[in-house]
Amino acid sequence: MKNYINYVAATLAIATLTQCKPKSASQVVTGDAASKVYVAPGKYDEVYNFVSGGFSGQLAVYGLPSARLLRVIPVFSQNPENGWGYSEETKPMLNTSHGFIPWDDLHHVALSQTNGLDDGRWVFVNGNNTPRVARIDLKTFRTAEIIELPNSSGNHSSPFLTENSEYVIAGTRFSTPLDGNNDVAISSYKENFKGTISFIKVDPTSGNMSVPFQVVMPPFNFDLSRAGKGPSHDWFFFSCYNTEQANTLLEVNASQRDKDFVVAINWKKIEEYAKANKGRVTTSKYAHNIYDDKTHTATSTISEGIVQFDAAELKGMIYLIPCPKSPHGCDTDPTGEYIVAGGKLAATIPVFSFSKIIKAIEGKQFDAEFAGLPVIKYEAALYGEVPKPGLGPLHTEFDDKGNAYTSMFVSSEVVKWNIKDLKVIDRKPTFYSLGHLMVVGGGTAHPYGKYLVAYNKITKDRYLPTGPELSQSAQLFDISGEKMEMLSDFPTIGEPHYAQAIEASKIKDGQVRFFKIEDNKHPFAAKGEKESKVVRTGNRIDVYATCIRSHFSPDNIEGIQLGDEVYFHVTNLEQDWDVPHGFAIKGAATAELLVMPGETCTLKWTPDRIGVIPFYCTDFCSALHQEMQGYMRVSPKGSTVKLKWSLGDFSSDAPVAAATK
Amino acid sequence: MKKQNIFLLSLTAILSSAIMLSSCGGSTTEVAKTDSAATAPVANPNGVGEYTHVDISAALNEDMVTKGKGIFELKCSACHKLTDAKLVGPGWAGVTKRRTPEWIMNMVTNTDAMLNQDPEAQKLLELCLVRMPNQGLNGEDARSMVEFMRKNDGQ
Repeated sequence: MKNYINYVAATLAIATLTQCKPKSASQVVTGDAASKVYVAPGKYDEVYNFVSGGFSGQLAVYGLPSARLLRVIPVFSQNPENGWGYSEETKPMLNTSHGFIPWDDLHHVALSQTNGLDDGRWVFVNGNNTPRVARIDLKTFRTAEIIELPNSSGNHSSPFLTENSEYVIAGTRFSTPLDGNNDVAISSYKENFKGTISFIKVDPTSGNMSVPFQVVMPPFNFDLSRAGKGPSHDWFFFSCYNTEQANTLLEVNASQRDKDFVVAINWKKIEEYAKANKGRVTTSKYAHNIYDDKTHTATSTISEGIVQFDAAELKGMIYLIPCPKSPHGCDTDPTGEYIVAGGKLAATIPVFSFSKIIKAIEGKQFDAEFAGLPVIKYEAALYGEVPKPGLGPLHTEFDDKGNAYTSMFVSSEVVKWNIKDLKVIDRKPTFYSLGHLMVVGGGTAHPYGKYLVAYNKITKDRYLPTGPELSQSAQLFDISGEKMEMLSDFPTIGEPHYAQAIEASKIKDGQVRFFKIEDNKHPFAAKGEKESKVVRTGNRIDVYATCIRSHFSPDNIEGIQLGDEVYFHVTNLEQDWDVPHGFAIKGAATAELLVMPGETCTLKWTPDRIGVIPFYCTDFCSALHQEMQGYMRVSPKGSTVKLKWSLGDFSSDAPVAAATK
Repeated sequence: MKKQNIFLLSLTAILSSAIMLSSCGGSTTEVAKTDSAATAPVANPNGVGEYTHVDISAALNEDMVTKGKGIFELKCSACHKLTDAKLVGPGWAGVTKRRTPEWIMNMVTNTDAMLNQDPEAQKLLELCLVRMPNQGLNGEDARSMVEFMRKNDGQ
């Protein structure tokens, strides 16, 4: 009984403590929140939510409103679970001008658009550290292409898409000296360092990316960006900070000026200019990696030379708009008229008017020039400011009813306000310190609305504790009413930065369920067990293997010698949905393969000892999965053991006997 | 002996879990089929599926035989022998005498429904313990398989 009293006392103490926080969850969650996130077994979620995996390098896919994790798509990081970046076919996807890189930091997510609406074809994501942009095919949920960006460091202001996916824009966070003039004193920052904005052209049919040119910008730190919509279709808006052009202790030195800039660039005019002008070609090298669904193989090409234009030569195409203190987010509303900037150290949210910006440009309402670029007068571009919205405004998204939702990092809350009258309608705390937020379709010309997710930077006590390292937390809100309603918490992988969500109906019916074996153009495919074989070429051994529930062909191999390099090409002969086979070899210094039906994947194995080595299927495939295995005999170099392979012992049975040669 | 019993028990457990797993695997429509199937399996010599009448001429169509052989080698030979010996699935010798052409074509195109509803297909599942995969054959492919099987049976 005494124990019980102690327990109650402790519980009360904890309860009292939690009340010191902004608000406790019990105060925040109301009514029938549970029923709003409940998706009955066998039922589907309403939307797909693509969530950046941050420093995991991958992209997570959740279903909303249940917040069930549907899939983690490997993008920039190796994934031993399915062999991404380990198999011979996928290693080229992680190639760069620096060589093979097994990791990156994935920040932002951009669904492809047609006429300002998410079209469900692709999702683009950025690699922040070794600057790259990847395209994921939403028919297969696989990374289809990765392109490296030369003269870029900290590819943060990326990837952002125009309304018809004409271009993906990628701006640099770090300004650095550019190729051709690299070895300079760091203190010569103002003189020698440059930012760049890369224009990535997207082929409207294949989705394939190319970098026709880059614009060389003053050495600001470019943070985030959005394309215009409707009337502002031809424009991009970037936020930037460190207009002080500091190269050390940016925490202090990049926060000196009262205002930094929103940069407005007319991409359409720059595109025309680039067509008519040659620009300067640098010697930069960059990798371009494409995965082919027919050969089931990626190729990596190193390109050399990129066309650059200086911002100062692009007269009438780039303007600076002063913006209070170190703006972070820079978001255009669904009409394309309003540009909302989040000055992360500011106490207001400035809202710029596109029509006023155009008038200001026409009327030359400029303050002066900065780094050769005209600066529009703040008041001439400003629609208005949201007064006292909270502390540390970062990112803004929009619903279908003319409202905006801004994340407040410092005061840890979501603030809902009306775009027209700039009045705050509602505010709800998040747990804790959210960075990005997203509304379903919130970046499009016609938001879907209904749900908002806050992606928090700090987790602390939200879940059962798991030592010093915690999963990050996301929080789902119902925004269908006047007041926002918190529905649930869910943990995420890596650090979720930006995310986007799209109606499930735009994606789910176009899914590839298996690869047609007849279309398999892999050079080492074995199309049927009759084609399974083992071929020695010098010290290279190619095993053309097949698998089907539940055996490999061949499953006995002899004649491998120490010093050989063995390439196990495994073709999955199944032609049905959700019947992958796994493949693993004891002691192989690599990951397993996970081979989808109709696909061929290759595991390279270098035997390190003499003996009989087992291999097996790792993915439970049938009642006889545990029987799905085989042996390879490794003999000393120069051994007289002949190369032979077999499956079963049907020597009396010609029609089916596997190749025993 | 005791050991063997344990083996049988675990095999049964694996088998039943496999059946449960596979009946969960499909789309909603497949699940619905499974449910209705569980109640009343009806024996029909044509099996379950769209093929209810197939015209077979006495003479073999050699083009179809060739096509069927190609499909056999690509998609079937991993599990079926052309003799009467069982590999993963039953051997094919004599299959055209045991089954109607319609049953064969339904089995190779409408595999899940056949395994869920056709009593003869269910007997084979009990015998072989591995659910036959749907290998994505179209009607023309299926017809060619029948021709190839007829050839294998010496017709």
